[in-house]
Amino acid sequence: MTEPRYTPLRDRHEALGASFTDFGGWQMPVRYTSDLAEHHAVREAAGIFDISHMAEFIVDGARAAEYLDYALAGRLSVMAVGKAKYSLLLAEDGGIIDDVIVYRMGEQRFLIISNAGNRDAVREALTARTGSFAAGAPVPPSADGSFGFIAGSSGDVAVDDVSDDYALIAVQGPKAAEIVAAIDGIDEVSVPWDEQKYYAWASARYRGKPLLLARTGYTGEDGFELLVDAADAAELWDAALAAGADHGLVPAGLAARDTLRLEAGMPLYGNELSLDTVPAQAGLGRVVVADKERFVGKDALAGGSTGAGAQAGRTLIGLTAEGRRAGRAGYAVVLEDGTVVGEITSGALSPTLGHPIAMAYVDPSSAEEGTDLFLDVRGTKIPATRTALPFYRRKK
Amino acid sequence: MTDLSNLKYSEEHEWVALEGATATIGITDFAADALGDIVFVELPEVGAEFTRGDVFGEAESTKSVSELYAPVTGTVVEINDAVVDDPALLNSSPFGDAWLIKVEVADGALDGLLDRDAYVAHTEA
Repeated sequence: MTEPRYTPLRDRHEALGASFTDFGGWQMPVRYTSDLAEHHAVREAAGIFDISHMAEFIVDGARAAEYLDYALAGRLSVMAVGKAKYSLLLAEDGGIIDDVIVYRMGEQRFLIISNAGNRDAVREALTARTGSFAAGAPVPPSADGSFGFIAGSSGDVAVDDVSDDYALIAVQGPKAAEIVAAIDGIDEVSVPWDEQKYYAWASARYRGKPLLLARTGYTGEDGFELLVDAADAAELWDAALAAGADHGLVPAGLAARDTLRLEAGMPLYGNELSLDTVPAQAGLGRVVVADKERFVGKDALAGGSTGAGAQAGRTLIGLTAEGRRAGRAGYAVVLEDGTVVGEITSGALSPTLGHPIAMAYVDPSSAEEGTDLFLDVRGTKIPATRTALPFYRRKK
Repeated sequence: MTDLSNLKYSEEHEWVALEGATATIGITDFAADALGDIVFVELPEVGAEFTRGDVFGEAESTKSVSELYAPVTGTVVEINDAVVDDPALLNSSPFGDAWLIKVEVADGALDGLLDRDAYVAHTEA
């Protein structure tokens, strides 16, 4: 048993009265006051989350972009500097090792943010792939027509796990931009505040040290994720709370984060995503750029692999129901006669919508329109309606 | 405000207030806090009979589901519709407005339940 880990914001959470829960080996705030109040605050004003448990990697080198096209499912080389992109790290058999956000920091430099619980697996895969990438001769010409003379050398690309150096704070909600712009101590912002786009980032300084202002998040709302030196995290947290005091900003925990991301139809690793799931099953086929010359997992996906777990023929769907009884992760999805056709991966009574919502893997034949599906809520069959994801979409 | 020292408690975090042969049953603030925001409550019908330890209902929060265990043996004579309509009462007033059911019990119904000090010690264990 390893010791539970705490983020640099532990004493702030304790002072705010947070309840803690284990998440990927970390003791994280699950709520401060009320799950529902925190959830509604993010939808209506803003919430601040400590997500310092998440892992960060720097990928750097002359062939970093080309390497990521090989190591990840997406085509990262075409992404402009300053942008961010959601992508997947696949196993050789097409199963999902993790879902990640990739930020292009420079022509040859990328930041990858991955899930806390997958930090070791992501580091190992990324590191191992620098070798198999370099070994993958012949090297295609780069965009400017020159050849990669350093192919095969370890100098092509380097992967650095910087998770312990940084803290990550998310400010999410319709007031987030206004609040982050008002945080005292942030300066040298590289992109004017009113020109910062969703799924893009700006560099800045906080107390003289590098600060990443990424306009990304996991709640379905506008918002920022602030990557800051771990030593300065507590001061930045305080400054953000102060900046948000008049805008309805509240600290929000993992419970609210989970209902928010579920409403937004965002998959959670361990619930919707796993090594036994290939992207298409999870509705993430669009994330895979199959016409790339080579990438890890390509052969398996081309061959119709359904991942290591042999859970062939299942597809992720959204379901809604009436009333207030929610289907929960692990509950069966059944037909009228009780035949089990699937399983819920995430479910809750949607705080925003007021009715139960769930994501579930079902047999594709049962995912067709016109099939009457039911949630087996501890023995009671509750009629469910297939619903396109996301359940909730913010107003632009 | 209810005098909590007059109540009896189960290790499953229900409280019992006995008046004559009628036991009023609810869940404790400790249970309500642990559940988080309670959004759904299912209670039995009037007339349902329970033996101590039976599941008599459910409380669901945004994150979890908890079964409610009968702390006494008896017959349900009344249920609290207010808490079914507004389960958040369980968070705001677990010892007051958010009682769950009233049960007709026999003598000795409270035997083996905890007093306040023992219950507090149980929650701190």
